[in-house]
Amino acid sequence: MDIKKQFKEGLVTQNPVLVQLLGMCSTMAITTVFFNGVGMGLSVLIILTCSNIVISALRKVIPNSIRIACFIVVIATFVTIVDLLLKAFVPALSDSLGVFIPLIVVNCIILGRAEGFCYKNGVAASAVDGIFQGIGYTWVLVVMCLVRELLGNGTILGGLSFINDSNGIRILPEGVGALGISLPVGGFLVLACLIAFMQWALARSEKKKTEEVAQ
Amino acid sequence: MSNENKLLGVASSPHVSSPIGTRSLMLDVLIALVPALCAAVYFFGPRALIATIISVVACEIFEMGYRKLLHKTQTNGDLSAAVTGVLLAFVCPVTLPYWMLIIGDFFAIVVVKQLFGGLGKNFINPALGGRAFLMLSYPVAMTTWAVPGKWSGLISAADAVTGATPLSVDFMHSGVLPEASIMDMFVGNVGGCIGEVSAVMLLAGGIYLIARGVIRPNIPVAFIATVAVLTFIFPQGGNDRVTWMLYELLGGGLFLGAFFMATDYVTSPTSPKGEIVFGIGCGLLTVFIRYFGGYPEGVSYAILIMNVCVWFIDQATKPARFGFTKEMKEKAKAAKKAAKEGAAK
Repeated sequence: MDIKKQFKEGLVTQNPVLVQLLGMCSTMAITTVFFNGVGMGLSVLIILTCSNIVISALRKVIPNSIRIACFIVVIATFVTIVDLLLKAFVPALSDSLGVFIPLIVVNCIILGRAEGFCYKNGVAASAVDGIFQGIGYTWVLVVMCLVRELLGNGTILGGLSFINDSNGIRILPEGVGALGISLPVGGFLVLACLIAFMQWALARSEKKKTEEVAQ
Repeated sequence: MSNENKLLGVASSPHVSSPIGTRSLMLDVLIALVPALCAAVYFFGPRALIATIISVVACEIFEMGYRKLLHKTQTNGDLSAAVTGVLLAFVCPVTLPYWMLIIGDFFAIVVVKQLFGGLGKNFINPALGGRAFLMLSYPVAMTTWAVPGKWSGLISAADAVTGATPLSVDFMHSGVLPEASIMDMFVGNVGGCIGEVSAVMLLAGGIYLIARGVIRPNIPVAFIATVAVLTFIFPQGGNDRVTWMLYELLGGGLFLGAFFMATDYVTSPTSPKGEIVFGIGCGLLTVFIRYFGGYPEGVSYAILIMNVCVWFIDQATKPARFGFTKEMKEKAKAAKKAAKEGAAK
């Protein structure tokens, strides 16, 4: 088990959203307000870690031919738990995320990690993988939220009840924010720019490495 | 520039050199847009001229800045960014704050045009892309129309006298004819975007473009004729057929869209047959959006939707190769069929 490598893969080189391009639907749909992004990211982080642990522990019991169905049952269990917990303790978040919490069941990140990692690796490695992949997902959501909320609405950190009554801190004057960025079209644009930036940064570091090796 | 020469200069002499390039074509388009701009200044005041100039300068600066940032050759000389700037200003209301216009320019030039590779690579018309983004982002400012003849302030247009356009919810969208006479609509004495109001000036510009050979008449004629036929057959609100048709033709951005935007080389089909299909599609969608849609005006979205279909139209309307006779065509068809059957077995 190589924690350092898993950390780097989850956050950067194998980032679930920016490199593996998984979980696009929720990424695009809920990243309009800071609080939603953090809530969604943490929910996925928790569900991903728990289901990774359980699936990895059961990997020798699950028959190969029906493994996807078994994964889904495990994932759905944890999604239901998180969904009910959110409804009980953070109803505001549960309302604004709406159908996207139940839809975590079919979020490709979780199924993808179950299929691609947990089914072949031990419990401890799977747990670490779940945490780092979840953090990788969360940071992308948070960045998207910050950009889209600032450009689309002119505020940052919106949705937190203790900051300005959930309205966030106003950076741009009222009416300046381009509503289009908060709409789906803006989601595609901001995500595309983030992916392009990521690819540029990765290619650059790769180039540097090969140059160092050559020297 | 140097790259193009390397790729193209291959045949042996003698060569015919043509003075026609992107720059001269775009210059012709700009000249054709001048009459409409004059009408806009007459009806809406000098703010229309200032907005157009700001839009052009912003487009050129964004184009230059982006290409400098990415170490690409500068393409400001071809004037295509200037045309985008003028057209975007023309499809915005005169009271739109300048900074919103500049955001639209940014979207048109950087996102729609340059991110896809620059001139010739954009998949939708940049000016209309910019307008669509502004429409999504600032719906109120984009649908506040100045009354013609009452000039709005140069710096702030907050105190402008505003009213409805002939196509707004008050009038034709609900089947009611506007107060303006047909002559007013023809000359441009109605509310609307900067460049779209004066049908006669746009017509003059369009005829100039066709006479100079810059555009073929296929798209504008098919576009306008489709709208004319549909509105003639299905008048709304119990109005007289001919009157209704004339109001529909002269209202909104039909002439501006048909002559200057649907005919954009990059985002329209290449074959004459394809151009007609494209024009008819634009006309159909325009009438559908005007009759059944939530937006009162449908020209810009109709053109955008057809822009996206251009690849399919081009595939379906490939002209026959020179010397390819009917018998050869049937032979090829039979051979293809035989091959298919063989593969099936």
